[in-house]
Amino acid sequence: MGKVNFILDGKEIQAEKGDTILQAARRLGIYIPVLCDHPALPPEGACRICLVEIEGQRALHPSCTYPVSEGMVVETNTERIRAARKFNLELLVSDHPLDCMTCDATGDCLLQDLAYEYDVTEDRFEGTKHHYSVNDPNPFIQVDRNKCILCRRCVRACREVNGVEAISVFYRGFSAYIGFGADSSMDDSPCEFCGSCVEVCPTGALWPKQSLGQGRPWQVEKVRTTCPYCGVGCQLILEVKDNKIVKVDSAWEGPSNHGWTCVKGRFGYDFTSHADRLSHPRVRKYLLDGKKKPTASKRDPEKEANPWQWVEVDWETALGIAADRMRQIRDDHGPGSIGFLTSAKCLNEENYLMNKLARQVIGTNSIDHCARL
Amino acid sequence: MPRESDLPKIVAVNTDEGEPGTFKDREIVEQDPHQVIEGVLIAAYAIGASRAYVYIRGEFFLGVKRWIKAIADAYEAGFLGKDILGSGFNLDMSVHRGAGAYICGEETAMLESLEGKRGEPRQKPPYPASVGLFGLPTLVQNIETLACIPHIIQRGPSWFAGIGTAESKGPKIFSISGHVNRPGNYELPLGISLSDIIFGYAGGIPGGRHLKAVIPGGASTPFLRGDQVNVPMSFEGLAEAGSALGTGGIIVMDESTCIVEAVRRLSKFFAHESCGHCTPCRIGSWRIYEILERVEKGEGHSGDIDLLLDLVDGIDGHTYCPMGSALVNPVRSAIQHFRPEFEYHLTHKSCLVNGVK
Repeated sequence: MGKVNFILDGKEIQAEKGDTILQAARRLGIYIPVLCDHPALPPEGACRICLVEIEGQRALHPSCTYPVSEGMVVETNTERIRAARKFNLELLVSDHPLDCMTCDATGDCLLQDLAYEYDVTEDRFEGTKHHYSVNDPNPFIQVDRNKCILCRRCVRACREVNGVEAISVFYRGFSAYIGFGADSSMDDSPCEFCGSCVEVCPTGALWPKQSLGQGRPWQVEKVRTTCPYCGVGCQLILEVKDNKIVKVDSAWEGPSNHGWTCVKGRFGYDFTSHADRLSHPRVRKYLLDGKKKPTASKRDPEKEANPWQWVEVDWETALGIAADRMRQIRDDHGPGSIGFLTSAKCLNEENYLMNKLARQVIGTNSIDHCARL
Repeated sequence: MPRESDLPKIVAVNTDEGEPGTFKDREIVEQDPHQVIEGVLIAAYAIGASRAYVYIRGEFFLGVKRWIKAIADAYEAGFLGKDILGSGFNLDMSVHRGAGAYICGEETAMLESLEGKRGEPRQKPPYPASVGLFGLPTLVQNIETLACIPHIIQRGPSWFAGIGTAESKGPKIFSISGHVNRPGNYELPLGISLSDIIFGYAGGIPGGRHLKAVIPGGASTPFLRGDQVNVPMSFEGLAEAGSALGTGGIIVMDESTCIVEAVRRLSKFFAHESCGHCTPCRIGSWRIYEILERVEKGEGHSGDIDLLLDLVDGIDGHTYCPMGSALVNPVRSAIQHFRPEFEYHLTHKSCLVNGVK
């Protein structure tokens, strides 16, 4: 790729050939406000917030779609530009519920941030607003079209990144809205509930149902972690409040997922604080007592302490008992009597170690993997 | 059209005529589609295309039938298909009906629609000449242009250039509608006076009423006042008068017309036909319509005229495609020329022209 030199806000800038003005500015950390553009998605040119002035051009142009060229002179923050941006924000706000005090996206909403930055305080057009019902019956994602600004980030994430095409725009003009499948619910569309649309939505239009009312962005601690579900190792950012996960975002810097993840990683976290979840190792009481496996007739709690009872122990004790019993089975019945089943949720390294344990320590070739079931 | 490209090339014929006040393409396709096929053949031969698509407005039922019949006739006569007249040149041609969206007359939205997608304009650049239909270099032309080609080839470019003015060459079909005695299509040289068309060819205003306003080039062009009609119908002449030639669709309004109502109707059209892609057109055109609706009904607010002008300035030049900014022209020019009428609606809560509203 060649280089292109141009002037941005009076400074000489070098950009990659083929960059849009916005991409070039982003590389250098220069701020241009925008709603519809997202670094991980193809440009859309829809919101008209990122308008810039290009010397020699009558109209303002959106920096998200306009390619840089040698010697071009660009201004990003003149009075004329700010007025045009404010006008478009006023239009968006004029068809937006002003319920920021109860909206879950407050503090995590680009429209709110820009309305603040551009001092949009009222709806001077006094026109109609949409009143869509918020009743999509799917289990994961709340769809509030009243808060939608039709930036189409969700459409692009679904189509261009995931190739699912569950989301598209229906109808035209002021009647246009984001819909699913053949204008049905998310449930009845090809949606796989990966939640990428939620991840890129700049407002509160798409929000995880299980995160509603769970806390504000400034009340949560953000913890980056690896998804526990499979070996891909998606990087997730857990939003934790009072030691409880309230929302999961995917991490853009994750080397294996680049900001995307699947339904399990994003929405399948309720097990972490479930009452039935085991948090310590347990062994049967008869094993702890060093006794033989009792026969069924002896399982009578009235007559004696239940030998099948689970007893919480430390890891050393639990692993010691497991190792002793395996060694004993191998000695009594031979290594062929033991088989290993490992998991796609484990990393390659862990599966490699499991293989070593089976073949070298126990001496059996009977090892398999859940993904082959 | 990039010469160095090895990709197959395409001709796309735009018959998606949807501009209010314009009905010339319909007449061409209904009356003489064969000359357009000839024009397409010459254009395709010139650029080396072997495939042509005709995109036609879905409501043109008769036009669709005539296009299909004309293409079938041309195949039968050996003017379309493989090895046309033993020349070794091939051209296939087919008709695609639109589904009722004005925006599909915009060249890139038309290509999207031809590809079976939602009709919305594309980002430009790249332009269709390099990346067009199905990603191939595409020549997009209106059928009025293509209909001229056989005549230019036959009689020579100097014959064509001899018609019209120095800067606006050739003949033009003017569609004239509204308050005239003989509405219809008139093919006349560019540069002819607007008043000659209205009072001469179209037979003047019915009932001896006075001319009040004219839209000279389809709904997207600015209003002219009745006293501005001594203007040549050319690109430069109308630009000087503060309007534009547009499609050449002349809409004539006499003194019985309420301008506020006329602009309200126009704004409803543009709000309805907005594709919804960009903010200023999607919400802005609707807000303009709402405000004009309340002003026209006598329910306007005192600052509404300035609000309309703010909206017009906010939209102008900031939209994704030219259609978004087209509404600006009639609204701004109507307020410029007929501001007292808007003010009358606001202060008297009624119409200056029709009395009760």
